[in-house]
Amino acid sequence: MTVKVSMTVNGKPAAAEVEERTLLVTFIRESLRLTGTHVGCDTAQCGACTIHVNGQAMKSCNMLAMQAEGKSITTIEGIAAADGTLHPMQEAFRQNHGLQCGFCTPGMVMSAIDMLNHYPDPDEATIRAELDGNLCRCTGYHNIVKSIQAAAKTMR
Amino acid sequence: MYAFRYQTASSAADAASRLAAHEDAKLLAGGQTMIASMKLRLASPSDLIDLAGAADLRGITVDARGVTLGAMSRHAEVARSAEVQKALPVLAKLAGGIGDRMVRNMGTMGGSVANNDPAADYPAAVLGLNATVTTTTRSIAADDFFLGMYETALQPGEIITSISFPIPKRAAYMKFKNPASRYAMVGVLVAQLADGSVRVAVTGAGPVVFRVAAMEKALEASFTPAAVASIKVPADGLNADIHAQADYRAHLITVMAKRAVEAALA
Ligand SMILES: Cc1cc2nc3c(=O)[nH]c(=O)nc-3n(C[C@H](O)[C@H](O)[C@H](O)COP(=O)(O)OP(=O)(O)OC[C@H]3O[C@@H](n4cnc5c(N)ncnc54)[C@H](O)[C@@H]3O)c2cc1C
Ligand code: FES
Ligand code: FES
Repeated sequence: MTVKVSMTVNGKPAAAEVEERTLLVTFIRESLRLTGTHVGCDTAQCGACTIHVNGQAMKSCNMLAMQAEGKSITTIEGIAAADGTLHPMQEAFRQNHGLQCGFCTPGMVMSAIDMLNHYPDPDEATIRAELDGNLCRCTGYHNIVKSIQAAAKTMR
Repeated sequence: MYAFRYQTASSAADAASRLAAHEDAKLLAGGQTMIASMKLRLASPSDLIDLAGAADLRGITVDARGVTLGAMSRHAEVARSAEVQKALPVLAKLAGGIGDRMVRNMGTMGGSVANNDPAADYPAAVLGLNATVTTTTRSIAADDFFLGMYETALQPGEIITSISFPIPKRAAYMKFKNPASRYAMVGVLVAQLADGSVRVAVTGAGPVVFRVAAMEKALEASFTPAAVASIKVPADGLNADIHAQADYRAHLITVMAKRAVEAALA
């Protein structure tokens, strides 16, 4: 059985006819072709699929598209300014070498933006604790922490 | 994941009647356990009834008697609630230590308590603080609720609507996290209740959350870390897996209990 699912994605209405069991991440990547949201583990461990639902970070591999019905979704494609200027968090990752292969980065950035919404001026221990849900296999986290600290300064 | 019909419930009563209409229907709360079980085909409901739209399952009320949380309270909401932080800081802290921030934005108290994972945090709060679980049909005392591994007193079709936590004199929860999953390898909640009685509830160590009578008695005589420091819980029957052996978990119970008493006094 298919159902119609509709939501706002990066400020624009998005809808598709999907199977009820469709995961939100599948809807985003395959129906909308927004492939910046990654699937690292598909078991809610790695955070590569992190997006915002009504402004809150969630793992899109661990929820159904139907659970986001009528909601407002932001993906990594939706955070830069209209003229292409990077979001301060993206710019901070760029300036501080906060990525290597980049696979975890969309999730890291989305998670970090949500983190700063709640901890505008986090210390290193807070950043590391609040990044519990995002795994990186390349950087050793050091420069990710630095990036988030730098972004906190510009975003405050 | 097998195919299913997705339904939304507008209230607890609506969810109950939808649940009654299909033998193989299941509830969906935050989905942080349910979706994973369905992906693994450990669960294959015919119908999935989403509780997110049931307004009567939400809300946090704090009064002189205690804190009542709607079943659909998200872990992040409880952790951030200024009222809970003030009236029952132990609960705000426990909720803030569950999983990671994305899991906390989705996962709910009702889902966690109904699921009764042996390593979940909320069962320690429910049992340790002597809470009362209210369902669509009755009220259940904490001591009667958690029956075994993933097994509770909930009957088929029964839905948790809220849980009420009385305010203790002092309480603290100490969790030794599994560094990969963040679940409790061992978590101990120690509470001195308003009437002076003490409860020590242990999660993560056994098949289901349990109380330690010897520690409770010792703490009722003297609420100090020293009172529990030499009380050992036997390792027989405790969980043994790739993360920790039973005797290690037994050892951690004493360590976490001691730290919880210290934190409760701080
Ligand atoms: C990466 C990760 C890390 C985690 N770490 C921790 C941790 O450290 N500590 C911890 O305690 N938990 C942890 N969890 C589990 C998390 O807290 C879940 O949110 C919780 O176990 C289930 O709650 P839920 O709202 O997601 O319920 P769901 O997954 O939607 O439902 C779970 C079960 O409860 C039933 N149910 C739901 N609501 C009700 C209700 N009101 N009445 C009756 N039955 C109901 C459902 O039918 C289902 O069988 C983790 C999960 C993940 C994915
Ligand atoms: S892909 Fe969602 S958490 Fe790893
Ligand atoms: S940069 Fe490669 S996984 Fe993080």
